Amino acid sequence: MNDMRIVERKVDANEVKISARTCQVYYGDTHAIKDVDVDIQDKTVTAFIGPSGCGKSTFLRCLNRMNDTIDICRVEGDIHLDGEDIYDPKVDPVQLRAKVGMVFQKPNPFPKSIYDNIAYGPRIHGLAKTKADLDEIVEKSLRRGAIWDEVKDRLHAPGTGLSGGQQQRLCIARAIATEPEVLLMDEPCSALDPIATAQVEELIDELRARYSVVIVTHSMQQAARVSQKTAFFHLGNLVEFGETGQIFTNPQDPRTESYITGRIG
Amino acid sequence: MPVLWIVLIVLTLGGVGFVIGRMRAMASADGDPRHLHSLPNYYGTHVFLAVTVPSMLLLVMWLLVQPLVINSQVSSLIPQEAVSEGSSLGLMMADVRRVADGLDTAVAAGAMTSEEASQIRTEFTDIRERLGAVGVALGSDVRPEVLKAAQRYRELSGRYGLIMAVVIIGIALAGMAFAWSRSHAEFRARNVVESAIKSLLILASSIAILTTVGIVLSLIFNTIEFFKLYPAANFFFEPTWLPSFGGGTDSDGNPLSKLGILPLLWGTLYISVIALLVAVPIGLFAAIYLSEYAGPATRAFAKPMIEVLAGIPTIVYGLFALLTVGPLLVDVFGAGGLLNVSWMQGGTAVMTAGLVMGIMLIPFVSSLSDDIINAVPQAMRDGSLGLGATKSETIKQVVLPAALPGIVGAILLAASRAIGETMIVVLGAGAAARLSMNPFDAMTTVTAKIVSQLTGDADFASPEALVAFALGMTLFLVTLGLNIFALYIVRKYREQYE
Ligand SMILES: Nc1ncnc2c1ncn2[C@@H]1O[C@H](COP(=O)(O)OP(=O)(O)O)[C@@H](O)[C@H]1O
Ligand SMILES: [Mg+2]
Repeated sequence: MNDMRIVERKVDANEVKISARTCQVYYGDTHAIKDVDVDIQDKTVTAFIGPSGCGKSTFLRCLNRMNDTIDICRVEGDIHLDGEDIYDPKVDPVQLRAKVGMVFQKPNPFPKSIYDNIAYGPRIHGLAKTKADLDEIVEKSLRRGAIWDEVKDRLHAPGTGLSGGQQQRLCIARAIATEPEVLLMDEPCSALDPIATAQVEELIDELRARYSVVIVTHSMQQAARVSQKTAFFHLGNLVEFGETGQIFTNPQDPRTESYITGRIG
Repeated sequence: MPVLWIVLIVLTLGGVGFVIGRMRAMASADGDPRHLHSLPNYYGTHVFLAVTVPSMLLLVMWLLVQPLVINSQVSSLIPQEAVSEGSSLGLMMADVRRVADGLDTAVAAGAMTSEEASQIRTEFTDIRERLGAVGVALGSDVRPEVLKAAQRYRELSGRYGLIMAVVIIGIALAGMAFAWSRSHAEFRARNVVESAIKSLLILASSIAILTTVGIVLSLIFNTIEFFKLYPAANFFFEPTWLPSFGGGTDSDGNPLSKLGILPLLWGTLYISVIALLVAVPIGLFAAIYLSEYAGPATRAFAKPMIEVLAGIPTIVYGLFALLTVGPLLVDVFGAGGLLNVSWMQGGTAVMTAGLVMGIMLIPFVSSLSDDIINAVPQAMRDGSLGLGATKSETIKQVVLPAALPGIVGAILLAASRAIGETMIVVLGAGAAARLSMNPFDAMTTVTAKIVSQLTGDADFASPEALVAFALGMTLFLVTLGLNIFALYIVRKYREQYE
């Protein structure tokens, strides 16, 4: 834990973007998320940490209703985005997912060209009127994904031909291209080498200026490096939630303390 | 000695070898298996293999060669003059074997002593009647040369059979002694057994490959024979298929039959295209529903139900075409039918066969496509759904394009099935070779004509019969090409997600 570099960062805004109240998730009879209350702020990186199987991914997938795609999964409780209940029958999950983008653990570029990968979301949502608009969106997204310089000469090469780290930044750029308000990332660096990880972490820090970012990570160092808020999950419960610095230096709950000192794996 | 007995004896010896080999190895390690190089059973297996494999291989070869040797020795007994008009030495030898078998049966049934069987003469006994009494029917009276040859045949096969038994069991024993003497603690029995097993596996795959080569060779020789009798240019480019009944040639020496493959290829392609037009959309949509929309319960029920279609014998599809689909189409498109057009003259038509064949092909397309769609990683779908795409957008824009090469492969495999299909065509499309655009006309295909040319009573050496091999060869090359292309595409697709 000595190499842990805790940076105190000012949280720019205190506006609540997503708020969850008494959230429960069941997979069939398994109770995977128990009574979770959490407020995720705008323009902030929030990290979810916890031992594997504790429900971090499950809870993250509640925030853009990706759990709807799993037949046996059932979500209860209230989750509000900008004060609107996202589980309201009036809400179209497809529209919600355009607003709440997601980046997955394993880079999953489509077997299409780099350009088509980025243009995929804008095309589906009709964000570009002309080809020039689309070109502009693609360039802007690739720039924000910090990968423009590496791919600008081969936009029509397949996205699957990039290296792992490049693929993951491509996926981040792809998620950004639909102009989301929240970006969910499920262990985005777990399949990457340290250099690619550093690039992605740097990118996450830049993204904070525009988006609310929620990142699941199994690395406490990473949580400490990139996040302002940290939530610690254990066995489906949200054990502790607060300023990252505070969670790592002065945890209130004994379970948090055992986890960050390495006693719960 | 019957072959079955030899096999049983060799296997028993192998079992004994297993036990003694294992025991000797154990004894050499003072009863402690940890001092052995390999597990004790490997020493046993080593002896077992040494006993059985060489002797069995020899047995198989012996059984293949023995008839040839006996044949050549016996056929010298039949004088050239004895071969009657319209017959041949080969046919005579077949008679000889039949009589020899008949004598065997008679002896086994107790109707004759074996002494009698090797002594009787046609001059004194009516062989045909005596063999008929034990259920062996002969086509004509047995002539003296044939009976003598048959007796010689029996004598030789008895003698060689005995030699074979002795040699094979001897080889088995020698193998046992050799392997047993090697069963020491240091002996690497495991490595030897593994390499023996590897050779067995190689042998199995070579048999499969050699059979293919054999099939191709037999086609090639007969095809060459055909092209000697009939000009290749006419075969490939003449637009008529009109085999004349008696065969024969005109005054210029040209064959009277017109054996152009074009009308047959046209029929084949026309019917296959209609079949694919039916099978591909239905199969593909069914596959998409099953893999993307159906719940596990529906899937578990529907997938096997669709695959039942693949298990129906094609002759049953043929009957379905002939009795149901054909008349139904005539009711609609025939004279005085529902549409009041008279496009269709009879129930057998390209359309009838094509529709039914299409139904037959549905499971080929759907089952393979379903597997291929399922092989598209879930991460692709999640990625698309996570960007706010709907399910059908995801399928159209991500899943299907990713699965496309594989689906094309599935379609090509279905196409080669369609091209090779015979029964449905015979019953559904008629027998008229015709170059016509009307899908309601009767036409026929390459496969159907192969059957009719070979089952007709044309002389086997005439171009009218040999053309079947040229047709078969053409068909083989076409489907082989399609299959190779399909495999190439499927393989390319597999690499994409490695
Ligand atoms: N698709 C699923 N079906 C059934 N159970 C699941 C599924 N996904 C996750 N779970 C269960 O939910 C719990 C939380 O899983 P997850 O959210 O993936 O944990 P984490 O991401 O923290 O490692 C685990 O016990 C897991 O077994
Ligand atoms: Mg997870």
